[in-house]
Amino acid sequence: MRYIPASDADRRAMLSEIGKNSVRQLFDSIPDTLQLGRPLDIPHARDEWSLLEYFERLAGLNRRHAVSFLGAGVYPHRIPAIVDDLVSRSEFYTAYTPYQPEIAQGTLQAIFEFQTYMAQLTGMDAANASLYDGSTALAEGVLMAHRITGRKRFLCARSVHPEYRMVVETYSKRLGLSLETVGFLDNGRVDTEDLGGRVDDDVAAVVVQSPNVFGTIEDTFALAEPAHRHGALLVVNIAEAASLGVLKGPGMTDTASRRADIVVGEAQSFGVPMSFGGPHVGFVATGRERVRQLPGRLVGEGRDRDGNRAFVLTLAAREQHIRREKATSNICTNQSLCALMSTIHLAALGPAGLRDLALENVQKAAYVRRRIASETPHRILFDGARFNEFVVRLDDFEGTWERLLAEGVVAGLPLVRWFPELEDALLVCVTEQHSMEHVDRLLKGLAA
Amino acid sequence: MTRRDRVARHASLNERLVFEKGSPGRRGSDLSAADFPRRELSELIDDELVRDSIDGMPSLAESEVVRHFTRLSDWNYHVDLGLYPLGSCTMKYNPKVNEKIARMDGFADLHPYLPESLVQGALEVQKRLEECLAEITGMDRVTLQPAAGAHGELTGLMMVRAYHESRGRGRRSILVPDSAHGTNPASARIAGYEAVHVPSNAKGTLDLDALDRLTNPDVAGIMVTNPNTLGIFEGEIARIAERMHAIGALVYMDGANMNAMMGVARPGDFGVDVLHLNLHKTFSTPHGGGGPGAGPVAVKDALAPFLPAPLIERDGDGRCRLDDERPESIGRVKAFHGQFGMHSRALAYILACGPNGLREASETAVLNAAYVRSKLEGAYHLAYGAPTLHEVVFSDRFQAAHGVHVMDIAKRLIDYGFHPPTIAFPLVVRGAIMIEPTETESREELDAFIDAMLKIARECETDPDRVRSAPHTTRVGRVDEAEAARKPVLRWRPPAGPAAN
Amino acid sequence: MIPDDLRYTKEHEWVRIDGDQATIGITEFAQDELGDVVFVELPPAGSRIDANAVFGTVESVKAVSDLFMPLTGEVLEVNTALVDAPERVNEDPYGDAWMIRIRIGDVSELDALLSSEDYGRFIAAGGSES
Repeated sequence: MRYIPASDADRRAMLSEIGKNSVRQLFDSIPDTLQLGRPLDIPHARDEWSLLEYFERLAGLNRRHAVSFLGAGVYPHRIPAIVDDLVSRSEFYTAYTPYQPEIAQGTLQAIFEFQTYMAQLTGMDAANASLYDGSTALAEGVLMAHRITGRKRFLCARSVHPEYRMVVETYSKRLGLSLETVGFLDNGRVDTEDLGGRVDDDVAAVVVQSPNVFGTIEDTFALAEPAHRHGALLVVNIAEAASLGVLKGPGMTDTASRRADIVVGEAQSFGVPMSFGGPHVGFVATGRERVRQLPGRLVGEGRDRDGNRAFVLTLAAREQHIRREKATSNICTNQSLCALMSTIHLAALGPAGLRDLALENVQKAAYVRRRIASETPHRILFDGARFNEFVVRLDDFEGTWERLLAEGVVAGLPLVRWFPELEDALLVCVTEQHSMEHVDRLLKGLAA
Repeated sequence: MTRRDRVARHASLNERLVFEKGSPGRRGSDLSAADFPRRELSELIDDELVRDSIDGMPSLAESEVVRHFTRLSDWNYHVDLGLYPLGSCTMKYNPKVNEKIARMDGFADLHPYLPESLVQGALEVQKRLEECLAEITGMDRVTLQPAAGAHGELTGLMMVRAYHESRGRGRRSILVPDSAHGTNPASARIAGYEAVHVPSNAKGTLDLDALDRLTNPDVAGIMVTNPNTLGIFEGEIARIAERMHAIGALVYMDGANMNAMMGVARPGDFGVDVLHLNLHKTFSTPHGGGGPGAGPVAVKDALAPFLPAPLIERDGDGRCRLDDERPESIGRVKAFHGQFGMHSRALAYILACGPNGLREASETAVLNAAYVRSKLEGAYHLAYGAPTLHEVVFSDRFQAAHGVHVMDIAKRLIDYGFHPPTIAFPLVVRGAIMIEPTETESREELDAFIDAMLKIARECETDPDRVRSAPHTTRVGRVDEAEAARKPVLRWRPPAGPAAN
Repeated sequence: MIPDDLRYTKEHEWVRIDGDQATIGITEFAQDELGDVVFVELPPAGSRIDANAVFGTVESVKAVSDLFMPLTGEVLEVNTALVDAPERVNEDPYGDAWMIRIRIGDVSELDALLSSEDYGRFIAAGGSES
């Protein structure tokens, strides 16, 4: 086997040095009755080239050449070549969790930079070293709000990504937390009146997403106030982090009552391939006074014994390997390499590049939306401000959808799978990656 | 030469934070704006929600970004450089071809919400991986949704709970051996269970008498790591499973150590009802500096109804589809389809190895660990005498007599050019040194490591100060973790300059 | 070093009794086992806590330990200086690093506390019950 250096001669020599006759003898501690005693029934070994052929065939079955206007939590953005080149360095991708800071300063400093970028973007004081993805980050944010407030009732906007909500539901019901949903208005925003009427002193947190699953931008500052009046927290989820290139982060206000308490999200938009939905990179950010309640790894700045600046995993006593069942979370790893992708991409973008990227998304999506409204028979739903997604109700859903698919265009995500009342509605995402030719193909298919 | 002299020598040894680099006006990324009519931003988004430029975000040219991260990378130890014997982490070689496969057009750029007819290749990768993992573990069905081992544990325990609830009573507690990973009790709690600790016996395995004392109708199941974190196979596992099943409880296996027994023994054949695997351990996906991992969960048919939705089913014509109609499912544990990029790599590993290669991997992993054990026994205190498989746990007892502790030994090993083993775990061994060489190390590399460990053992007697003050060869010396934790600095902030605006 | 004017628990708290009040901290042995203390969490003054209940936690770099009430009582005063200077627990566990002062709720519980000799024998035998 080409990944295993030991030759038969090596094996014999090593066995004889340790006084064993056979490799089989090394497994004597596994009772015979529990041993398999036959080869595994899996395909026979392939050499490198037949392996590549096999996967090339499968990759070819995926119709990537379809022009897609899908977003909904996974966003097609351009990724500079340097991202993949740098994360492909063995020094990064074949290292493990930086348990030994003296020989892991590269990973540690990069994570510290990621934490800083996430804090800057969200306007919060501190962010963690990343979590599995946005959906689990939201679940962790909800558990964190429960720990802080000791309360069990959550009011969650229906316009939070439904798969995220399902994950929160899975986590919370086993802990006896209740998740009630709050509806949305005609402009796509959270129904503040409904929310205001239901938030009370039992509520642990109000949970919203911005831009929400319809692409509508929420005024999180206004949503913070009713929550805070009742001692509840505001948890904001940001599934499309590129929006923070133009939108204020939920922590960016001088008025404490208007500031979000916990901001979670997904940073896939920065340099991480869509990869059929994972691996991506979640994060949790919060205020200074609550960093000890954060789940997951944290990197801190410190000094070595000579006084040099050095980075190190810190506040570990929150974590499972020390606190065991009393830990803030059961999470062991972070999503280091994906966090590195985001960090590299953000470093390359810089403030000007990030703003350009965000504005291109806002403008192009608005342009396509205007054209659909004026050139096709379909109706735009939700008139609130948006980043790069909008909802359109198709006139003849089946016909239009099939016609576009036949033309190689996936026009968006049918929302009826999550929202029965949004029959015939399509969530359309337009980013900097869509060329004018793609846009024209979409328009042509919609207009026909 | 002191360390201080060295850090002054070259910029690459003194690379600042990205936030302290660059200069306003530089760009590392261009975007040619497309040609279409635009509106004033204020017509599109309310002014009060729009941010100004981001304070403190640096501007660097592309070449500077490359240099920054290349310099950072240079400060890392990694498995492509040398032996990385972190016990329980299985730092084996990560095949390069797998990286190429995960990045193929058609995998990397694939959106998860494309219609099923357009993602048959991706679903086939996942289905085939599920089938291989089921065979390797002897289980019936597998979910690939969990993002990491701990996430798999949580998923598995939620299913245990759902199973009991479907029989009318959720039960209250999960038995967890004291040698278990910290994730086990933490996962149990988040699944809504109380973790009850089961002591190990003098042989380092589960104590059947203690188990009997703790067994009662409120016990939902037991979490067993097998081989356990001491590297010892729980030989009584079948009996433990019988006793659990007799009271209607289930057996969860932490599959972190599956690398010890691929093709040799299967959890499904010794009574395990549900287990998770760590694709980044056993199945060679890169550890990435701490993730992404992936934690598939395999179950017996009795638990299959509770698997997270959706599952991939094969239709009669061989096509795959996502089955969301799973009324008893625990729900989703993650958005989309799991860590697909890890699934393609793991499948590539399994297909490159085949049945013989997987067995050879486990056999060699065990042989390498036995070799290291035999060479270090005597110089280091062996925590338990029982036979071990893929890893071995020593302690610092002999060295502690000279005032040298496990942390010092670990740091000194860095001077010899190796990553230290896992230390201070498992908790049942004071001053634990947990060594897992893996199968992808050559005999010469093992000998060099053994030689270093033996030299350090001698140094502990002859020159303990040298060991206690290690490492001496790294860019930064031992980090003051206590001070970092007392006054946590978790982000960079712009310096408060005079009259800053 | 086990001051003989204090009483002790098997959870390694010390108790200084002063009339109907008691001052509570953790022992030299406890701080040594924990290693460098980085964080101390204490209850607000005014709370009433039962004997053997958790009244706070001490975190070090490598461990975290719950603090158990040696006696039932009302918390009168909390050593808030430890929040900013947790290292005092290592430096002066019996002095500067006292943790809480309570009004003793049930004097009969005093009998259950260990003398310095008993505590000395307890830690000489390993310092744990199992």
